[in-house]
Amino acid sequence: MKVELTVNGKDMTADVEDRTLLVHFLRDVADLTATNIGCDTTSCGACTVLLDGESVKSCTVLAAQADGRAVTTLEGLAGDDGTMHPVQQAFHEEHGLQCGYCTPGMVMAIASLLKENPSPTEAQVRQGLEGNICRCTGYHNIVKAALAAAESSNTGASK
Amino acid sequence: MIPPSFTYARATTVDEALALAAEHGEDAKYLAGGQSLLPLMKLRFAAPTVLIDLGRVTELAYIRDEGTYVAIGALTRHHDVAHSELLAADIPLLAATAEAVGDPQIRHRGTIGGSVAHADAAADLPATLLALDATFVVKGPDGTRSVPAAEFFQGIFETALEPGELLTEIQVPKPAKPSAWSFQKFNKRAIDFAMVGVAVQGGSVALINMGSTPLRASAVESALASGASIADAAQLAAEGTNAGSDIHASKAYREHLARVLTRRALEEAAARA
Amino acid sequence: MSILGTRVIRTEDPRLLTSGGVYVDDLREPDLAGAVRATFVRSTIAHALITGIDASAALEAPGVVAVLTVADMTDLPAPPPAPEPSPDDPPSEGPVPLGGVWAEPLLAVDRVRYVGEPVAIVLTDSTYQGEDAAELVSVDYEPLPAVPSIEAALAGDTLLNPDAGTNVCVKGGGDISDDSIFDGCEIIVEGDIVNQRVAALPMEGRATAAVWKDGKLTVWTSTQNAQLSRLILTAVGLPPDAIRVVAPDVGGGFGAKIGVDREQILIAWAAKHTGRAVRWVETRNENLMGMTQGRAQLHHIKLGGDREGHIKAYRLDVVQDSGGYSRMGGFLPMLTNLMAPGVYDIPAVQAAYKAVVTNGTPIAAYRGAGRPEAAATIERVVDWYAAEAGLDPVTVRKLNFIQPEQFPFVTKTGAPYDTGDYEAALDKVLEAAGYDQLRAEQKRRIEAGETKLLGLGLASYVEITAADGAAGETAKVEVHDDGTATVYTGSSAHGQGHHTAYAMIVTQELGIPMEKVEVIHGDTDLIPDGVGTYASRSLQLGGSAVHNAAIEVKDEASKKAAELFEAAEADVELDTDAGVWRIKGDPDKSLSWSQVATAADGGLIVANVRFTADRPTFPFGSQLSVVEVDVETGKVTLLRHVTADDAGPVLNPLLFEGQRHGGIAQGAAQALVEEILYDADGNPLTATLMDYGAITAAELPSFELLTSETPTTVNPLGVKGIGEAGTIGATPAVHNAVIDAVKHLGVRHIDMPTTPERVWTAIQKASAQ
Repeated sequence: MKVELTVNGKDMTADVEDRTLLVHFLRDVADLTATNIGCDTTSCGACTVLLDGESVKSCTVLAAQADGRAVTTLEGLAGDDGTMHPVQQAFHEEHGLQCGYCTPGMVMAIASLLKENPSPTEAQVRQGLEGNICRCTGYHNIVKAALAAAESSNTGASK
Repeated sequence: MIPPSFTYARATTVDEALALAAEHGEDAKYLAGGQSLLPLMKLRFAAPTVLIDLGRVTELAYIRDEGTYVAIGALTRHHDVAHSELLAADIPLLAATAEAVGDPQIRHRGTIGGSVAHADAAADLPATLLALDATFVVKGPDGTRSVPAAEFFQGIFETALEPGELLTEIQVPKPAKPSAWSFQKFNKRAIDFAMVGVAVQGGSVALINMGSTPLRASAVESALASGASIADAAQLAAEGTNAGSDIHASKAYREHLARVLTRRALEEAAARA
Repeated sequence: MSILGTRVIRTEDPRLLTSGGVYVDDLREPDLAGAVRATFVRSTIAHALITGIDASAALEAPGVVAVLTVADMTDLPAPPPAPEPSPDDPPSEGPVPLGGVWAEPLLAVDRVRYVGEPVAIVLTDSTYQGEDAAELVSVDYEPLPAVPSIEAALAGDTLLNPDAGTNVCVKGGGDISDDSIFDGCEIIVEGDIVNQRVAALPMEGRATAAVWKDGKLTVWTSTQNAQLSRLILTAVGLPPDAIRVVAPDVGGGFGAKIGVDREQILIAWAAKHTGRAVRWVETRNENLMGMTQGRAQLHHIKLGGDREGHIKAYRLDVVQDSGGYSRMGGFLPMLTNLMAPGVYDIPAVQAAYKAVVTNGTPIAAYRGAGRPEAAATIERVVDWYAAEAGLDPVTVRKLNFIQPEQFPFVTKTGAPYDTGDYEAALDKVLEAAGYDQLRAEQKRRIEAGETKLLGLGLASYVEITAADGAAGETAKVEVHDDGTATVYTGSSAHGQGHHTAYAMIVTQELGIPMEKVEVIHGDTDLIPDGVGTYASRSLQLGGSAVHNAAIEVKDEASKKAAELFEAAEADVELDTDAGVWRIKGDPDKSLSWSQVATAADGGLIVANVRFTADRPTFPFGSQLSVVEVDVETGKVTLLRHVTADDAGPVLNPLLFEGQRHGGIAQGAAQALVEEILYDADGNPLTATLMDYGAITAAELPSFELLTSETPTTVNPLGVKGIGEAGTIGATPAVHNAVIDAVKHLGVRHIDMPTTPERVWTAIQKASAQ
């Protein structure tokens, strides 16, 4: 079937199997490979992208369900001039990533979290990340990065 | 990881959805948010050959004040139920339960109707809706009918829905004292399904994962109604239940949890009231 | 100004954060265009004979290019004959698979020994077609009784390898029969302690792609060592120089991606056999059945001491579950034995082990690899002993620590500890945590009859890193005519930040700024000789190699600079702050690195170093965990975790802390929530992330990390390894905290993971007595 999506601001049309998962559409059709697959039970969050601005697990959305909608992946988060989004910048400054595999999903999940709750407490950040698994960082710096991004977004300045 | 092949069909109205279901018969399944169905299909535990996507049936996404009750369209997402100001004021138990489902990503996609129709015994919303004496509006080829929550859940993943019927609306009566609520979800990790859970609204107590369906703790409710103390009434929480044993908990431990959590839920509801 | 010791944010990050890492499944190499996808057909039974494989239906399925079984593998050379081990041989303790009767095939031949064992490979044009076709391959099994546990293996009613006559595949260690060491001990603690099977669970599972072209086999694989992988891949019948292995970005390893395993060898073979490029990326379900797992030891312990807290004797008897095939002989339990006495000077220590095969996933190295098990048990037993004696666990530890003046110290088990100050580390965490106030609060809650009680858990640990220091590590450092530098390292980062750390070392020694230093790893064409990243060895061996190579480059350059200056070498110096060469006392004249390198032979200054260490190093530390136990339900909440982990001078505190955080989380996870489970038939019960309790941010607090830097003399950087230390200390600290919370009720031990039901059951049992 034919699906039409806007991915990172670019309109895309493709003919795909009906059962195509959004994550495979993004990786194999749109050739945006930052979004990773970490599990098969919607548990790990590595595949998190924004669908119409809200975080979703792209392994548990059919490309067909996203037809006519806008998807943002990690590759589309930075500004057109290359300026990193506050969450990306905070991850860099706070050492919020090690192997980088869970990172795209983490960053997108946090971007969505902060959009809905611009000044979260640490507990709210941790609870909000219950669906995103990281094996390398112990989450300590990921949480720090989320809180730093919130602060820099709220004060309008980078650290 | 990959679902078996299926044909994707899309409905934009309730009537279209019903027509597609009638056309494809038993081969077809409705797809709401997909957060329960797609995982089953990816593990190949479910293999419908036709999926009827309800995602564009926008007429079923609403939360409306109907005076004595709140009407919630079946395709209202957990996120919207959780953040509804109307529900926060009038049925906070429901808003809190929706916030407890899964994680933020799941709540952005999953729907209240999908969760109810899926009827996982370990799910959060069915028990709360049972405690709130909700009514489910079901539309089928033969017309519309209303099913009380007490009759709706019939077994694990089994409901009163007949083939082709579509759950369209959930009607939740506004409790007399909205603030007399508590939702206790016990798990090993925050993301886990409830090992055991308890939803309380006033004197109504419903249990999660103490049987093949959500259950009202009727022995507890009767005891409370007869004037028993919370501590005494809560001791009866496991009566009439049929909890399972699995890798997360034994039956005996679940029964113990039911008693403890029921007591805590009743205490919390009383303190909030 | 020294850059070493400063918080330098990672050079790896910008790419990873904007366009994302390039892992095996992301590779868009031209040679992989049109690659077929591999899907494995795997055993659904834990123990069975294979009586037939029918691929006819699969071959008819859309997109199927081939279905390969053991019958197709006639083009593989026979594996070299492994000597049949005899009972009198010394135990096989290298981290290599046992051969002979214990040998593990590539594809199952006539028997399967764990659910998930690969039986056939389906090659399809697309991934989606792969699962469809694999379902159509029909395998006939004749089930055999399952051996689902250590106990069943030892009972021996069913043998995985009948020709062996036993399920015990390796035995080693010392004599543990002499009970006289416990004579006169006023307090004896004896019992069984389980160190449960856990999953390594890197977020990227196993993934390999291969192409056979023009007589060369190129293999991209998610590995911790490309060079070792190449050596292993000669099993496909090619010499090393006909094989190129590339490690792209690797999404975590934790020891389970050392080298390549049977599936990965099969992918390389499939590419050679079919002439098609092949790519394989496992699903999480496959990963939780087929990637090697960790720990899985049963300990029988006995400890004796006096009433004042002096430990007199300790016996550790280890049974190692190897899973269906022994991938590492006695290596893991040998290390457990070696580190058995931990940080304590115990007069008499006995340690022995045996390893058995069971119908489970094979066990191999997992963050700590044999040492966490030792620390988890000695620290648990010390707390148990303290409880029996009615003594504070701090008192007992301090009474028995190896003292600073005793270093270097060789333990009764033969471990040569280099440096350490165990009491200082313990005091640091006690003070930072506010130990006395915590004890007071714990007491207050008990006396007030509260139902949410505090537990305080201590762990004082020591561990062995770079145990294979003699293998060393390689580094080539080049300075180019444009003034930039390249480091080729045999280390193989998969998240550790080596590119940043090694660039810092070059900047430190040569004054070339970080942004002009490129670090390359993981390609056998570029770095044919290297050892890899595991055993917390990289900074101490790989970093030392970079350090020494940089110094050699500096010496070379010094000569060249002197030539250019027409001065004596002794009058020339490198200003590392400005990154220029000068004549001493003459600030007006300088030469850039570019000028010096341009003047060198070939416009390049290069040094090639292999650094070896003559012995391992022993990082150590203390960790203190504060938990809250809800005694009505048994639920445990981790409130605080305070650590002092000492691995010598800290090169980059950011990277150092990151390793500790990640280690602590994995250690806490084992204590609290993670366990791989099988039913009585050997069927996996935790083969998805819904069922396997991988720990999330919601279960953990932020950690409180203290600084402690005790150098070693073993390498020029003075550093030990931090990669695994966090895990080794965290498990017993958290575990002890849980039991500490309920010891007043009479609970002396609860096996890990301390799930709510386990804790509640322990409370019920103790209260009933």
